[in-house]
Amino acid sequence: MILGRLAPAAGRLEVFGREPLRGNPAIGYVPQRSSFDPEVSMRGRDFVGLGVDGHRWGVRLAGRKRAREASATSIEAVDAVSYADRPLGRLSGGEQQRLLLAQALVGDPRLLLMDEPLSYLDVRNQGAIVQLISQIARRRNLTVVLIAHDINPLLPHIDHVLYVAAGKIAMGTPAEIITSERLTEIYSTPVEVITDRRGRMFVVGLEEEASHPHA
Amino acid sequence: MRDAIVHLTVNNTSPLPSWNLFDDLAALFHYDFMVHAFEAGTIVAIVAGVIGYFVVLRGSAFAAHALSHIGFAGATGAVVIGVDPVFGLLGFTIVAGAAIGALGSRLRGRDVTIGIVLAWALGLGVLFISLYSGYATEAYALLFGAILGISASDVTVTLVAGVVSLACVAAVYRPLLFSSVDEELASAKGVPVLALSIAFMVILAVAVTEAVQVVGVLLIFALVVTPAAIAVRFTSRPARAILVGVALALIFTWLGLAIAYYSPHPVSFFITSLAFATYVAVRIAEPARSWALRRASA
Repeated sequence: MILGRLAPAAGRLEVFGREPLRGNPAIGYVPQRSSFDPEVSMRGRDFVGLGVDGHRWGVRLAGRKRAREASATSIEAVDAVSYADRPLGRLSGGEQQRLLLAQALVGDPRLLLMDEPLSYLDVRNQGAIVQLISQIARRRNLTVVLIAHDINPLLPHIDHVLYVAAGKIAMGTPAEIITSERLTEIYSTPVEVITDRRGRMFVVGLEEEASHPHA
Repeated sequence: MRDAIVHLTVNNTSPLPSWNLFDDLAALFHYDFMVHAFEAGTIVAIVAGVIGYFVVLRGSAFAAHALSHIGFAGATGAVVIGVDPVFGLLGFTIVAGAAIGALGSRLRGRDVTIGIVLAWALGLGVLFISLYSGYATEAYALLFGAILGISASDVTVTLVAGVVSLACVAAVYRPLLFSSVDEELASAKGVPVLALSIAFMVILAVAVTEAVQVVGVLLIFALVVTPAAIAVRFTSRPARAILVGVALALIFTWLGLAIAYYSPHPVSFFITSLAFATYVAVRIAEPARSWALRRASA
């Protein structure tokens, strides 16, 4: 809806004080995906360049230099310089995710929408991507809205959380929402929030352990 | 296929190449039919090389293959009712192309749907062939190509169709590239991905129709897919990959025609063999090179 691809069933939605608009340059978007097909032979740099003017008709005649510089800056911002010239399909999930992020950042958006950017990544890459997003968001004064099933890698960095589960909605700061009581209520299944000695929080579902007592 | 065999044996008196390249080239272009073949072959190779890049990038190789087979039904049908087969070919491939395009470019199970239609279309083609009395030569030309039978007016039609399809590709170049790599993202950026998917398949239908004249329905892969598939192994930059693809398609076509001129065997055989041999060589050279690099660094 924010991207202007769906109309709200009821009510009105404004994005930066205007009607939602498809292809809004103020929004960067990273869609949910498992990975690029290994046969996708285009190099990352050209893919990021499509974020500049890929939606325009015709062949790129004017603005070559500007497009090249914009994608180069974006690739540097996500630390992808070393593999930006290799074919997309041959890169690892984490590398592809960084280039997708570079692509979304290329037009200097004010809002970054990310759909499940952490699924299909291993723990190390999850941490690195979260760190990167958080850094870029603070440096560029960028609002990031991201959807995730597993909130744990995100917990140290988020300002607000919106839970949508089984028709129930809860929104607030992590300190208000992420408590054992609130989450158990939202999910209608036992959930525990654990805080370790260093003050890090972890959300753990209890259902599975309770019903399948293995190990 | 009895007529086909006759067709081959008629061509059996081949000229011999001399050691003088200029004489050979002069001999090649001495006959109008060879000049027309080179002209049409050149146009088709350029168009196929450009469009092939998108076919490979979008993973639509099977769709391209299917289009030509569906076109076969249209062409044989046209012959039965006494119309130029090119119109039947064009009509069927465009309708089928638009339908395949409407299925979306990365829809799961799409190949199954296309394959089912393809099988039925070939069945129709068989029926049409049997309905037409002088069938074998016509069918042979459609299936395996008849570039040596191209007339001056055919060349003009090929040129116009080629220029139009290249102009269309240029007009949608960036959004087509975008939606071929990531449809979801392109759509979020406001690219009309479904309309582009249909438009691309219609352009492909025109290109396939052209290429059928050169290599025939069954061998379309050699011009539309193989050059581009080789090109993307050399470079990951779209514009360069397109240029390499065009260059390869041109080389296969020109060499194929030249060799066929001095041999009793069909042009299509040489074009497809050159394409195949190059692809095999590249696939073998690639792991060999990386193995050598690993050894050198170890």
